[in-house]
Amino acid sequence: MIAEFGQLALVIALLMAILQAVFPLAGAALKVPIWMAVARPAARAQFLFLAVSFYCLTQSFISNDFSVRYVAEHSNSALPLMYRIAAVWGAHEGSVLLWALILGLWTAAVSIFNRGLAEPFVARILGIMGLISIGILLFILLTSNPFERLIPMPPDGRDLNPLLQDFGLAVHPPMLYMGYVGMAVPFSFAIAALLSGSLDAAWARWSRPWTLIAWSFLTLGITLGSWWAYYELGWGGWWFWDPVENASFMPWLMATALIHSLAVTEKRGAFKVWTVLLAIFAFSLSLLGMFLVRSGVLVSVHAFANDPERGLFILIFLGLVIGGSLLLYALRAPAVKDHARFSLFSRESLLLLNNILLVIAAASVLLGTLYPLVLDALKLGKISVGPPYFSSVFTPVTAPLFVLAGIGPLVAWRQGNLAKLWRQIRWFIPASLIAAAIITSIWFDPKQIKSFAALACAIWLASTSLLPLAQRVHLRQGWRGLKQPTGFYGMTLAHFGLAVFLVGVAISNHYSTEKTVRLAPGDSAQLGDYRFVFQGVTEQEGPNYTADEGTFEIYAGNEKIATLKPQKRFYPVQRNIMTEAAIDPALSRDIYVALGEAMEDGAWSVRLYVKPAVRWIWLGGLLMMGGGLLAAADRRYRAIKPARQADTLTEHALTVKG
Amino acid sequence: MLKYLLPLGLFVGLVVLLAVGLTLNPREVPSPLIGKPAPRFQLPTLENPNRTIGADIFQGKVTLLNVWASWCVACRQEHPFLVELARQGEVAIIGLNYKDTRQAARNWLANLGNPYEINAFDADGKVAIDWGVYGVPETFIIDPKGIIRYKHIGPITLQDWEQKLAPLIRYLKKKS
Repeated sequence: MIAEFGQLALVIALLMAILQAVFPLAGAALKVPIWMAVARPAARAQFLFLAVSFYCLTQSFISNDFSVRYVAEHSNSALPLMYRIAAVWGAHEGSVLLWALILGLWTAAVSIFNRGLAEPFVARILGIMGLISIGILLFILLTSNPFERLIPMPPDGRDLNPLLQDFGLAVHPPMLYMGYVGMAVPFSFAIAALLSGSLDAAWARWSRPWTLIAWSFLTLGITLGSWWAYYELGWGGWWFWDPVENASFMPWLMATALIHSLAVTEKRGAFKVWTVLLAIFAFSLSLLGMFLVRSGVLVSVHAFANDPERGLFILIFLGLVIGGSLLLYALRAPAVKDHARFSLFSRESLLLLNNILLVIAAASVLLGTLYPLVLDALKLGKISVGPPYFSSVFTPVTAPLFVLAGIGPLVAWRQGNLAKLWRQIRWFIPASLIAAAIITSIWFDPKQIKSFAALACAIWLASTSLLPLAQRVHLRQGWRGLKQPTGFYGMTLAHFGLAVFLVGVAISNHYSTEKTVRLAPGDSAQLGDYRFVFQGVTEQEGPNYTADEGTFEIYAGNEKIATLKPQKRFYPVQRNIMTEAAIDPALSRDIYVALGEAMEDGAWSVRLYVKPAVRWIWLGGLLMMGGGLLAAADRRYRAIKPARQADTLTEHALTVKG
Repeated sequence: MLKYLLPLGLFVGLVVLLAVGLTLNPREVPSPLIGKPAPRFQLPTLENPNRTIGADIFQGKVTLLNVWASWCVACRQEHPFLVELARQGEVAIIGLNYKDTRQAARNWLANLGNPYEINAFDADGKVAIDWGVYGVPETFIIDPKGIIRYKHIGPITLQDWEQKLAPLIRYLKKKS
């Protein structure tokens, strides 16, 4: 019965979404307050019913109800409880339901936190989010229903893909979707602003914290995904330019551009049209990513079970949402006036440069992802684009970004002073180069020019990102200078995190060492400063797998520093073999051991890696996320009626205008 | 007005492209080569640059030709399966290493195991063009007379093996 309840709740949620879309949008257009008032209760009710529906599916997994097809295909009675819950979003149907639930969550949040916004504006935002929700819920009910029954009921389920039976993958999709779907909020703000013709500083101010929070989740989701790929796929890599990864990276690049552009729109009233376009692009790329991953037009490792019918549905949905909003943009944007003036050298123009570079970066990822499809469609043959394309295209576009991020915050709005900037930063250039030279010559190889350059960039960015803070402390003559808005600290932390990330990339990409050896019990192997002593393999019994577990003792000199137990697991239900690498993590280096093949006499082929500073990559991601959240927590976003908000967004101005 | 229509125009182009993409299946393209003799080629081996191999290597036995590259993510996924297949020894596995570097490809085989009897080294992908390869991994089944019997695109899964490749290989073996 519980599956039927879930489906019923889903249908009711769809009805709520229709109410939430139709009445508020019509009410805002025709100025009928009572219609607009439908928006908030409908949004909250929709979320409630989505939560019920999601709970029903989760309960079907927990209670091993294999009469539900989706449960039977992706779970098993021997699967541990935690993974039975994570299995809810382990495949297509459930993950779309999670998508819808998270959209409901964002919508409910917007329906609560909107003090000071004019009623028609709130009605429009919620109405647009309702429209998106209608599309997704129809998609679930018509093509991807997770509650479908399976008759006759199988005795046991086909089990969750072993790759996904892991903590990292249990938490990665919800975080990623919080980010993807969160982009619907600035999108809806932008469309509502276009509809009401009030593109102004207040609109940007309202969009900023939402965008920052969504961006932080997206950053966390991508970081988790990369971390998961690193330890679970057993290859020691952290990014593969796979279409699925690109699908999450493109919206991230666009959202990064958006948070910078929103800053200009709020503070200076410039770039309004551009900001709207970025808000549309960021969400569009989220939807496009969904299409690419689920329609089967591209070959990818992590692709979901594909279905052209679903692809067609998403494509039509894409066409309506993105095409509609771009049409609205084309109709309304020409009327928007940008009054703000700024000189060629100013923070505005540097941020514009940042935006251009980020958009080019996103476009080049999009191009690389779609290129095989373009050739295919033009009947020019089929190819796949690998990391060679991405690394050669991506580096020249992003390198200036790292340099710029250090300079931008030092330059004044409207009219920068080049001579003053030069006085401030001139010593940082040789200092970064010298520091990079010292670090590489002590620990690594300074002749590796690429990693030297990247490291110098990272040191430059880390030091210059702290410079504005140091200046403020100096100016206020002491610790009172530390009393800055959290938004300022958020920016500083995020830029610093970018530098930390870059350190990880520069060092781990160039100085990682690896070795494949044949080891019999008692043998040892040397890699860099570490000696690996193999103690043999024992059999272990897991809840739904059996494993060969190797034991390795790691010595640095004569001191034993770690015992690592990598596994080779066999999952009988899916007849799948998984390599579980064992890692001794540290900020300075990761020691990574993976079992290869069994050989005669108890010997094994073993892969050993020492990866210096690889952890900095994810640490940098976490710092960036923290910076985003800190910036979103800035007090001025919570002020009820900010002093500067003499804009059309207030009730009064709208009635006068209307 | 026109410049504001530009994003919409680009998007319409993208939708058309994606719509065309939906009608194509990247994993299942009927190869015009099926039923035809394997294209002639002459390539150095991965193992030894001074030795070359050609299409005559397919004569006299059923062969599985696997196109792979060390930079290819999907090949990583497929690789353990090929290693297992080689261990069972049911079919001769020949590799066509595609747009790779010798060093990277050798490291890969050293690290992950080598299921191939021998590898042809196609650095610029010219031979792969003759074979109609558009992405890696791809797998061909070639009969003892050197005729291509089957083409599989994307990683071979256990299901593909059991339902398509293994029955075909057994049939070809029995026939010869």
